Amino acid sequence: MSPAVGFQDATAIAGIAQTAFAKHLEPSEAELACTVIVDACADAGIDPSEVDALCSYTMEATEEVDIVRNIGCGEVTFFSQIGYGGGAGCGVVGHAALAVASGQAEVAVAWRSRKRGSGPRPWTSTSVQLRVPGAWTRPFGMLRPVDEIAMLTRRYMHEYGATRDHLANVAMAVRKHANMNPAAIMHDKPMSREDYMASRWVSEPLCLFDNCLETDGALACVIVSAERARDLRHPPVYVHAFAQGLPPEHQTMVNFFNDDPLTGPAWACARRLWANAAFGPEDVNVAQIYDAFSPLILLSLEGYGFCKRGEAGGMTENGNLQWGTGSLPVNTSGGGLSEAYVHGFNLINEGVRQMRGTSTAQVEGAETCLVTSGEGVPTSALLLRR
Amino acid sequence: MTNAAAFSGGYVANLGPSEEGFLMPAVDDQGGFFWEGTLAGELRIQVCNSCGKLRHPPRPMCPSCRSTARGWKRVDGKGTIWSFVVPHPPLLEPYSSLAPYNVIVVALDEHPTIRFVGNLVSGPEGALNEIDPNSIHIGEPVEVVFKRFRRADGSEEALPFWVRA
Repeated sequence: MSPAVGFQDATAIAGIAQTAFAKHLEPSEAELACTVIVDACADAGIDPSEVDALCSYTMEATEEVDIVRNIGCGEVTFFSQIGYGGGAGCGVVGHAALAVASGQAEVAVAWRSRKRGSGPRPWTSTSVQLRVPGAWTRPFGMLRPVDEIAMLTRRYMHEYGATRDHLANVAMAVRKHANMNPAAIMHDKPMSREDYMASRWVSEPLCLFDNCLETDGALACVIVSAERARDLRHPPVYVHAFAQGLPPEHQTMVNFFNDDPLTGPAWACARRLWANAAFGPEDVNVAQIYDAFSPLILLSLEGYGFCKRGEAGGMTENGNLQWGTGSLPVNTSGGGLSEAYVHGFNLINEGVRQMRGTSTAQVEGAETCLVTSGEGVPTSALLLRR
Repeated sequence: MTNAAAFSGGYVANLGPSEEGFLMPAVDDQGGFFWEGTLAGELRIQVCNSCGKLRHPPRPMCPSCRSTARGWKRVDGKGTIWSFVVPHPPLLEPYSSLAPYNVIVVALDEHPTIRFVGNLVSGPEGALNEIDPNSIHIGEPVEVVFKRFRRADGSEEALPFWVRA
């Protein structure tokens, strides 16, 4: 596989911003989106009138026309949306970077604004449940994303001998990082192994603390050419490589209908990502791995090549994913499990902070960061470097 | 009226939940044969009429040979539990009242990469929560049974459930 042409380090993330994270925020999703985009432009030192590319999720409620009319863009010449919910985040940034790298646009904004904390849970909509793809799963009481991922998790544990202690290792590492981050919803709530084991079941073998938070919040970032980024306020955070992944015979969230369900989209995404990169998994200093559910980190560690297949449980042992002790600190702002769940966009901004050297759990001397989007759905990933 | 009658013209929207409120399958012009089969007490798998490869869930084109010529094949309905979960609330009713219950994935013995989501019960009239979840194990042999559901408009569906073989 040959690397993508003309993309490596051609663009950089020059500005980031986020709103407060909370169970309930008063402003609408549209107002949060516009506010956070303007703030990200200010962080970059670029006037919003210069924004000429807009990239977001298909699940984003605020359309490009409304962003343009509110933040006062000039002429926007590139706009795209990516599907598959939590699989989209890195893809959104990647498409923005592709637009800038290819010259379709000069100042690209990627964002996500979501009131998942105070809004409805998507799975409670029976009109969604009753669409044809759901016919093969929903009538049997497999109603929620957690049930679908729990099914893969049980099989994973069975095949490789992974245990709930391994899942607890993941949840506790991420919680520890949230405890260091004042912006995290779980900042003031330490979690012990006993707390984890005592929490209620949601879908066995997954308990409450294997599940992400439900959060209102919005985040955005600004992507410009590497050349321009070098003249802006912050040190450039280069978009080193980008990939998306949709493997053969995949069925979104219910990846039970193919030959090898435990090698999901992360594996396809990783092959393209590493082909596009000048370094490999052994050179990654810190990782932000999509964690709507704790087992997605295990599956992703294997998919992106940090360990061999079936070894991710063991890789969580001895604080190995934690800041200060681990060989690969993950989700250093607290991730979806303990900072905020905004479809994984907080992982992107934390990756940028790590490369700027401004994380609340800064990995000393970190020069490279992997950011991933959701495993279990068509996905995407970014390699950032400073 | 069965869904088979409703299906014969092509795509139909979902006709709504069962009288008890259970979610019923939406039937389209790809999966109709499957739900006609369950009403007839048969487990049917889509088959490519060009290269003979089986595929599930149903779709218009064979991903191996790109033929749209398709039919179905009856299988014996014997399988093995590939994985299972035990959902707890919050859930939709009436599932919530039955929780904790089991949901299993079954791999067919004849075609191990053809898998179905279903429930382990003691018989065709069994409830989702009647088997002790702690007694369920990956690798257990199971076989299909068909449980019938009726909607308020009198239409019927049959879902494939699984019993210990």
